[in-house]
Amino acid sequence: MFAEFLQYLFSGLTSGAIYALAGLGFAIIYNASNVINFAQGEFIMIGGMTAASLVAAGTPLWLAVALALVVAMLVGIALERLAIEPARDSDVVTIVIITIGASIFLRGAAQVIWDKEFHSLPAFSGETPIALSGATLMPQSLWVIGSSALAIAALWWFFNRTLFGKAMLATSHNRLAAQLVGIGVKRVLLASFALSALLGAVAGVVVTPITFTSYESGIMLGLKGFSAAVLGGLGSGLGAIVGGLIVGLVEALASGYLSSAYKDAIAFIIILFVLFFMPSGLFGRRGTDRV
Amino acid sequence: MLLELSGLTSHYGRIQALKGIDIDIAEGELVALVGANGAGKTTLLRCLSGVQPVSGGTIRFDGQDITRAQPEIRVGLGISQSPEGRQVFGPMSVEDNLRLGAYRRHGPDVAADLERMYDLFPILRRKRREAAGTLSGGQQQMLAIARALMSAPRLLLLDEPSMGLAPLLVAEIFDIIQSLKAAGTTIFLVEQNAQAALKVADRGYVLETGTVVLADRGERLLADERVREAYLGL
Repeated sequence: MFAEFLQYLFSGLTSGAIYALAGLGFAIIYNASNVINFAQGEFIMIGGMTAASLVAAGTPLWLAVALALVVAMLVGIALERLAIEPARDSDVVTIVIITIGASIFLRGAAQVIWDKEFHSLPAFSGETPIALSGATLMPQSLWVIGSSALAIAALWWFFNRTLFGKAMLATSHNRLAAQLVGIGVKRVLLASFALSALLGAVAGVVVTPITFTSYESGIMLGLKGFSAAVLGGLGSGLGAIVGGLIVGLVEALASGYLSSAYKDAIAFIIILFVLFFMPSGLFGRRGTDRV
Repeated sequence: MLLELSGLTSHYGRIQALKGIDIDIAEGELVALVGANGAGKTTLLRCLSGVQPVSGGTIRFDGQDITRAQPEIRVGLGISQSPEGRQVFGPMSVEDNLRLGAYRRHGPDVAADLERMYDLFPILRRKRREAAGTLSGGQQQMLAIARALMSAPRLLLLDEPSMGLAPLLVAEIFDIIQSLKAAGTTIFLVEQNAQAALKVADRGYVLETGTVVLADRGERLLADERVREAYLGL
């Protein structure tokens, strides 16, 4: 009984960590621009696919991972430069639709560059399960949880200890004042896409040995990251992390105790619940202070 | 001239907010811009900082045409603004607000200037770790001015520094403005409180619905019948 629960807990924490990273990606771009970037899931896919294809071509794992992160960041930068920046003076809704278009484009490009098959990566430290009071934990799960924790710690340091990080935060608090102290809001927007793409790629690389990846695996991961961000309160970093873990855990428990058929529905039920009963999420700011 | 505006116009959609403004400010001067609500005072300052588009005319700063320059370039050149409604970074600490004020600068001078601001506004030193949003209105105003000074500006733009403050605090803010002027800072002061602003100013401009209607020495404007009637309620 307890072993079963523990098993679901492990699986929930693992996927929750991934959703948290995806949710943070949404939060960072939302803070810089008030835009919800629906191409966030594609960053995850690009990270996973790039690493998988490089390893298949004989590149050492560590190098493939590093290159995958770089490639995803470059894609993020290109997306901002080519698709978002030219429309910067448009409505937020217009830009959101552009990101949806970009996500379709990136999926299409992935089909052309790679293929429609599933790809995988070898687990980073073998496939020998670790037994823990009756439940088992795959070493790769520890990689997922550990990398996410590390990425979150690095983000915390960046936003709280570096001047540029603080400038990005300041821009989200008050864009006009940020401009008046000389913060280049264009650079902030560019950096937010690069950073979100990097986070997405980290998630994509560490999760691929567990879930495999394909050109369209970003859709579901992106939507779950979005529900994590909405649940936590759009724009709140802490909210995205807590939201991600909750979505992951609820999903794992529901598919374990109810039926795994409902696994993917959970995230959407959570979105509906949040929108109906607490539109600003767990840690969100009220909509009114964003005038 | 440090700042020269000629024929400056600006629009919000099809509504013209500024209808050809000519204003000069010399190095070391304290110049006041007074006028009623909606006259275009804040729009003018936003044009100077580059956060409101200019539709015609030119802005020259220190001889250089900056009409189309990005806001961050202007801060780098030495134009700094304490905006209307303070606009502090509410959730961030007082010290972070000040450090961000020096965002375009690097080096040891920044730390020295931070100390200078704390000497100028002792209350900010006491509250340096607190979130800026928890400060009182007067304290936030001091923070907004100090943050603008942290960029070591050659021209300081002050937008309604006395708005919403108790009379005692208003007097304190104007004392600070006078001491900044005495220290050699060039200041362009926008105020609805025409009485107080014209009293401390070398020169003043009166703005009405996007047009400069009067320009003179501060004390002469204070004595002007039209100004007394329209803006001083005398």
